[in-house]
Amino acid sequence: MAETTKGPLFAESGPAPGEAGRTGDWRSHTPVIDHEKCSQKDTCLLCWLYCPDGVITPDFPLEIDVEYCKGCGVCAEECPRNAITMIEGRKTSASPKRS
Amino acid sequence: MSDIKIITANEAAAEAAALCRVQVIAAYPITPQTPVTEELAAMVERGDLKAEYLTVESEHSAMASIVGASQVGARVFTASSANGLLYMHEMLHWAAGSRLPVVLACVNRGVGAPWTILNDQQDSIAQRDTGWIQLYCRNNQEVLDTIIQAYRIAEQTLIPVMVCYDGFVLSHTNMPVEVPSQADVDRFLPPWQGQGLLEPEHFVNLNPLILSEPRPDAQGNLMPGYMELRHRLHEDILASLAVIQQTDYEFQQAFGRGWGGLLWGYRMDDAEHALVSMGSLALEATGAADSLRTQGLRTGVIGVRAYRPFPARALAQALARVKTVTVFEKDVSYGYAGALATDLKAALFDAGISVKFSGFVAGLGGRDVAADQIVQAATDAILNEPRYGWVDVRGASA
Repeated sequence: MAETTKGPLFAESGPAPGEAGRTGDWRSHTPVIDHEKCSQKDTCLLCWLYCPDGVITPDFPLEIDVEYCKGCGVCAEECPRNAITMIEGRKTSASPKRS
Repeated sequence: MSDIKIITANEAAAEAAALCRVQVIAAYPITPQTPVTEELAAMVERGDLKAEYLTVESEHSAMASIVGASQVGARVFTASSANGLLYMHEMLHWAAGSRLPVVLACVNRGVGAPWTILNDQQDSIAQRDTGWIQLYCRNNQEVLDTIIQAYRIAEQTLIPVMVCYDGFVLSHTNMPVEVPSQADVDRFLPPWQGQGLLEPEHFVNLNPLILSEPRPDAQGNLMPGYMELRHRLHEDILASLAVIQQTDYEFQQAFGRGWGGLLWGYRMDDAEHALVSMGSLALEATGAADSLRTQGLRTGVIGVRAYRPFPARALAQALARVKTVTVFEKDVSYGYAGALATDLKAALFDAGISVKFSGFVAGLGGRDVAADQIVQAATDAILNEPRYGWVDVRGASA
């Protein structure tokens, strides 16, 4: 009876970006990185480690994939240098050019 | 070589789990289940049983732990009673929904409030709709044998199995129990290979959020919808009727003892009246049937062993020729009637069988049910108007 000819017995999926759709749509606040405050050292990377959505690419300067960032703010909370600020609104870019 | 031991049902359950070579046990003690956990903990401590024994902080965690262990391929065991089992409720759904061959011994106890530590079957009946197979045992030997059978059934169907037996009546009562040899149990129950779900090189989200409609996942594979998975579980539990029957038959071939598969009958061949019950109360009813026969009422007993899946067709067949059916059970669905009576009446209706049908709630919270009380209630039900009633309610509320 455990055969799968009648289809799956239970739900499973491969972990992948976009598995739950474009979750960036859910965001009310957007993380903005101040790259000058960021240590830019891979001995830190706490934001990358803590990000529950895995949307931070661990290369410097850091990039946040706003297609899937839900705006939880964990990265901003964990950054020891206060280099990440949550700004109100669903911006399309997490690291806007400074004016 | 088997061995006759004078043991309680709790000891029989622990012996059975050890004979099944369970690899992970997680349990939280609660009366009357506690001796099961003590026995198994002692076996692991002595090194007699090579298993991981997790001392968890709650029943919810106990079930969550063995769900995880089962997902990586371990054979797992737990036991609980009453409010402990109720605290597991969410995780019972989780085990069934994950299609894991978890086996749980439910030592039946009445549910608080108010507190009682004594026996009825309200605790497991309240778990009826969690997607588990439920088997009810009538004596200590059946408890040992049914736990061994439960792993075969669970691993073949990928449906968890709850083996239920009455607290104190069986759990703390010594009886002779034939304990089979390890070699014989190993032959009957080969090691479980697991589902190969989680390997270091193979990442997978188990039980992710899914939608009601089937939809492609990020890799483009079509994922089933929630409703399709529920339907599949339901269909497979129905199909497990045959597996339960077959497993008991094969057990009989291997060990020389069978328990009737889905149900068992006592003096039913020429019976005009049937008493239907579950667990040790069904065994008590056999004495009542003997007494009723001395009064000229040709009575037999049907013991329901598998309550979920409900053996509706087998029961209708077994009761096709009787004039009256009287159910005795240690549970109630408040506001209607006992769960077994309700289900059985529906099964007879579906089979086009119209009989005089009564249902009695008895023995809640350890209230002793004597054979003569069953005789009295059954006589009334057989000779007078059929009804739903309670046995032996005393004082002002009677």
